[in-house]
Amino acid sequence: MAGYILRRLVALIPVLLGVTILVFSIMHLSPGDPAKIILGPKATEESLQQLRTELGLNLPVHEQYLRWIGNVFKGDWGRSIQLKMEVLPLILDRFGATLILTAASIFLAAFFGILFGVIAAARKYTFVDRFLMLIILIGFCMPVFWLGILLQIGFGLKLDWLPISGMYPPGERGAGELLKHLILPAISLSMGSGAIIARMTRSSMLEVLDHDYIRTAYAKGIRERKVVFKHALKNAFIPVITVLGMQIGFLLAGAVLVEIVFSWPGIGTLMINGILARDFPLVQGIILFVATTYVVINLLVDIIYAFLDPRISYE
Amino acid sequence: MGNTHDDPSKNVAYDTTDTVPVGHHHESLSFQVKKKGPWQTAWKKLKRDRAAMTGVVILSVMILLSILAPILPLPDPEETDLANRLKPPGTEGHILGTDELGRDMLSRLIWGGRLSITVGFVAVGIAMFIGTILGLIAGYFKRFFDTVIMRTIDVLMAFPYVLLAIAIIAALGPGLMNTMIAISVVGIPYYARIVRGSTLTFREMEFVMAERAIGANHFHIIFYHILPNCLPPLIVAASLDVGWMILAASGMSFLGLGAQPPDAEWGVMLSEGRKFIRVAPHVSVLPGMAIFLVVLSLNLIGDGLRDALDPKSKS
Repeated sequence: MAGYILRRLVALIPVLLGVTILVFSIMHLSPGDPAKIILGPKATEESLQQLRTELGLNLPVHEQYLRWIGNVFKGDWGRSIQLKMEVLPLILDRFGATLILTAASIFLAAFFGILFGVIAAARKYTFVDRFLMLIILIGFCMPVFWLGILLQIGFGLKLDWLPISGMYPPGERGAGELLKHLILPAISLSMGSGAIIARMTRSSMLEVLDHDYIRTAYAKGIRERKVVFKHALKNAFIPVITVLGMQIGFLLAGAVLVEIVFSWPGIGTLMINGILARDFPLVQGIILFVATTYVVINLLVDIIYAFLDPRISYE
Repeated sequence: MGNTHDDPSKNVAYDTTDTVPVGHHHESLSFQVKKKGPWQTAWKKLKRDRAAMTGVVILSVMILLSILAPILPLPDPEETDLANRLKPPGTEGHILGTDELGRDMLSRLIWGGRLSITVGFVAVGIAMFIGTILGLIAGYFKRFFDTVIMRTIDVLMAFPYVLLAIAIIAALGPGLMNTMIAISVVGIPYYARIVRGSTLTFREMEFVMAERAIGANHFHIIFYHILPNCLPPLIVAASLDVGWMILAASGMSFLGLGAQPPDAEWGVMLSEGRKFIRVAPHVSVLPGMAIFLVVLSLNLIGDGLRDALDPKSKS
C-alpha cells in the first residue's frame, strides 16, 4: 500500500509541473506587453520599465519560470496589482468562504444524489423511478447561475424566507446567520453534481441489485430497506466514490458562478475581478491554488478508493 | 446525422462487429441491419424514443427561429425605448415584455439564440476535430506520439473544466471569440480520449490487419477504416457536449468574460437582467429558461442517441 501511495505521488510530479507551466504561461500567452496591459495606455516608459523589472519580464522566459516557481515554493506568490496586497494571504483569507460553500454543496449533492439514486434503482421502471429521473435530468440541465436567480426570486423575494446575498463569517453573527445565508447558494451549487451522483448511483445499484447474493438476502427474509441500503449500497458505492471525488473539484471551481450570483465573498469573486482588472499575479495565484487543490483531492480519492475496494491491486 | 453515411460502400468497416444481432429477440431485425446499415437502424430506434423526439422538436424549433430571425417580423434587438422599459410579458407589442433599456425581449431571445447555439456547436466542432486527430494519432502510432499527446492531456485534465476555461480566457482576454476558443480547448481531451480508446481496439482487429497486409497506407487505414468505427461513441459524446458548451459559454458571458453588452447573448442578458430581479424578474428568468430548454433538448437527444447507437447501454 505504501508503495502504491508513493508511486501515485511520483506520478503527480509531471502533472504538477505541467500545471505550473500552464499557469505561468497565462501572462505570457496574453497578446501584447503584460506591463502595458496592466498599467494601461497612459503609462510612462519609466513606470513600464519599473514594472517589467518587478515582474521579471526582462529575463529570458525559462529564467522567469524558474524564478516564479522558486518563489511559489517559498510562499511568495507575488503581489496583487489591483489590491496592492500579497497574493497568498489574500487567497487563504478568501478560501474559507469558498470551502464552506463547496463543503455544504458536496454534502447536499452526495446525500440527495445517493438517496434519489438508490430509491430510483430500487423502484426501477416504475412511476417513482421515472419521476426521480426527470427531476435529476432537470437538475442536470439547469444553468447554476439561473437556478440561483430563481431561488433568489422564489425564496428570497417572493416568500422572504432567506437572505438573497452576502455572508457573515462564522464568528461574527453566529452559525445560524451563516447557515441562513448558505442555504440558497449551496442548493444552487449542489444541483448539477447531485444529478450526476444520482445517475451514477442508480446505474451502479441496478447492476448490483441483479446479483445472486441480493436474491439470497431477500430469500432469507431480510427487509427490503436493509437489503437495499446495507447489502446492495455497500457494493454499489465504489463507482459513486470516484464520481463524488471528481465533483469536489468541479464544485470548487464551479463555485465561482454561484459566488457571483449570491455575492459570496470567496476566491471565485476575487478571481473574476482579477481577470477583468488584468491582475495577472492574483489570477495566476488563484488558478494555481485551485488546480493544485483539485489534483491533491483526486489523489486522496484514489487512495481512499484503493482502501475501500480490495479488488484494486497496488502492484 | 448524415447523408455522408448513407453510401453502403463507406460502411465496409462495420461488417466486423456492428451488424451482429444483439439478442435473440432481435434476430428478425438482423437482416434489416445488414441491409440498411447501423445508421438507419439507429435512426429507427431514435424515432421510437419519445423523450429524444421531444428533444428533437424543441431543438429544431429553437434552431429554426434563430436561423429565421432576420426575416421574422421582430423589432430590432438593440433598439432601445426608455419610455417602455422593464414592461412585463404580455404587454401590447411586446409578447415577452421589455428589458431595462426597453428592448424587446422576444427579439433579443431569438437573436441571442443565434449567438449562444452557434457558439455551442462551433466549439464542439473545433474540440471534436482536434481531439479526434490527436486521438487517432496517439492510438494508431502509439509510442512517442501517444506519450506526448496523453501526457499533455493529463495536464489539461488536472484542471476542473470551468477553471481551465477561465484560465485560458484570463490569458487571451475576455470576449466571445476567446470564450469559444477556451471552451473548445477544454473539450479536446474528452474527444481525444474517446477516439484513442477506440483506435487502440480497432487497430488490432482483423479488418485493419487485412488492410495492412494488402499494403494500404496509414492515412487510408486511419481515415477510411478506423475513423468510421469511432463515430458512434463520438457522436453520442458530441451531442451531450453541445449542451455543456452552451452552458459554459453562457456562464462565461454571465461572469463578464464572454460576450459583452449590448450583445443579445443569453448569458449577458441574464447577467444584465439580474440587477432588476426585484421589479422585473422576467428579464433574467427568460434567458435562463432559453438556455435550460436548449440544454435539456440536447441531453434528451444525446441520451436517445446513446441508446440507439450502443445496444449494450439499454440494459
